[in-house]
Amino acid sequence: MGDIAVEARSLRKAFGEVQALNGLSLAVPTGSVLGLLGPNGSGKTTAISILATSLRPDSGTATVGGLDVVTEAALVRRVIGLAGQFAAVDPNLTGRENLRLIGRLSQVGRRQARVRADELLDSFGLDRAADRLVRGYSGGMRRRLDVAAALLHRPAVLFLDEPTTGLDPESRFALWDSVRGLARSGTSVLLTTQYLEEADALADRVAIISAGQVADTGTPAELKARFGTVVFRLDFARQEAAQAAHIALASAGYRPQCDGVGIQVRSAAGSGELTGMLRALDGRAPDPVSVAVREPTLDDVFLSLTSGGEAA
Amino acid sequence: MSTIAIAPRLVPASRVTAAARGVASALSDTADVAWRNLLTQLRTPQALVFATVQPVIFVLLFRYAFGGAIHVTGTNYVDFLMPGIFAQTVAFGAVGTAVGLSGDLRTGILVRFRTLPMARIAVLGGRTIADLARNLLVVAVMTGVGFAAGFRSPHGAGGVLAALGLVVAFGYAISWGFASLGLRVSDPEAAQAAAVPVVFLLVFTSAAFVPASAMPGWLQAFGTHQPVDALVTAERALILGGPAAHDVLISLAWSGGMLVVFALLAARTYSRMGR
Repeated sequence: MGDIAVEARSLRKAFGEVQALNGLSLAVPTGSVLGLLGPNGSGKTTAISILATSLRPDSGTATVGGLDVVTEAALVRRVIGLAGQFAAVDPNLTGRENLRLIGRLSQVGRRQARVRADELLDSFGLDRAADRLVRGYSGGMRRRLDVAAALLHRPAVLFLDEPTTGLDPESRFALWDSVRGLARSGTSVLLTTQYLEEADALADRVAIISAGQVADTGTPAELKARFGTVVFRLDFARQEAAQAAHIALASAGYRPQCDGVGIQVRSAAGSGELTGMLRALDGRAPDPVSVAVREPTLDDVFLSLTSGGEAA
Repeated sequence: MSTIAIAPRLVPASRVTAAARGVASALSDTADVAWRNLLTQLRTPQALVFATVQPVIFVLLFRYAFGGAIHVTGTNYVDFLMPGIFAQTVAFGAVGTAVGLSGDLRTGILVRFRTLPMARIAVLGGRTIADLARNLLVVAVMTGVGFAAGFRSPHGAGGVLAALGLVVAFGYAISWGFASLGLRVSDPEAAQAAAVPVVFLLVFTSAAFVPASAMPGWLQAFGTHQPVDALVTAERALILGGPAAHDVLISLAWSGGMLVVFALLAARTYSRMGR
């Protein structure tokens, strides 16, 4: 399939006045997991819909396995699987009936559809519920069936659109394990999520999407490193104290961010910088009630990129 | 991955086999989708029950409540009424095609189907064929109800069966008309609200329940030149006797023409989805 499983170049798509995608470009190397991370309305689902051939871009091109998603859509459909918030299973069929139907429609053949349905029901822990109607399934069971339905024909590329939104933690971790297993077996995965924790846990690379464009991309570690190596958090007893500290730190050349009684400072220099910060506060603000030093999370990266804040 | 490498470079000699395989898989995909739709309908039997209850109520209303006030010449009113009831039954049944596709659009099942390597005609073909099967069932029930209410054909079962054949053909054609609507409206209630007035207009301006001669001239001009009226006229010719060939041909021409136009329209709507 080549080195690049999925590639999008300058995709644009508007729905009436709303510009859902505004020149989105991304690439998923074969056998890797790319996490497309962004808030509601940032264009994640539109991007997946175009790559999965259910929507046409207004301009720009995209390929899956080297095949064009518009002009070679019929061939693209043979290598992709799609699961997520907008691709459903039938509530009035049983889990087994759903999988067999989708298997046959995925052209794996009648017998193979039966075999694969049983295998997948088993590996997604749905074997005991297999002959119950899906309308009686819990949200977690329905999502697992949904992902299983995308795998009937062993797709080389899997698209997952917010696979764990609305799931309880246990179901979420179970689904994460399934995705990790697929990735280990060589499936290329493009996964959208609103959860930074999920991108951090699953993705080899993360593309942060904002207003229909990729704002930044890299491994979770790279993004965090680019943002800074440590984050200091100083908490004060009162808001006025925090404000005084904010002024003192800013005049000493730091870039503090104040939220109520707390102050956050990002640093590229490491935890040794704490000494200098405390010296800057000395005599200009009350002592903080607590000081914490932590590694930056993807939340920090994400917020700084999407709120127009300054990334280091 | 070998299929990807080979498929675009088929040598001409294998085109015939490839085309044959394409037709075979289109038929099998259509059958799979139709099976799914029938199973879904059997598991939500309320819809099936309501599809039958409405025409039964119409039989009771027109046969016993209004029938005494409606005068038709040369036949019992119930024999005049039943061809109209059959036409009305399948016309309202066709609304189910719009509602069903609209529901699949809303739940997201259509998105999944559209990203599967299945024949594109299967979603529409499977839906209309399942609706055809449902029509056959409901029409059979209505025939029984008609007989219970005193409906008798002086020309025996052959005329009735031929008339029911026309009814089912008409039902299938008009289903395709509502398929385009269902693909455009992702709210089943809205799809139903849009489809029902069309059916009402066609059924009640036709001679389904009252002779067209009772209507004012301007309404007759519309009412007697539309497919439901053509169907009812042909049914009566077959059931009540008289020269039928001309009326049957007109009804078949309507159904055939509608089928071709509506199927092309629906296929176009389906292939343009997502643009």
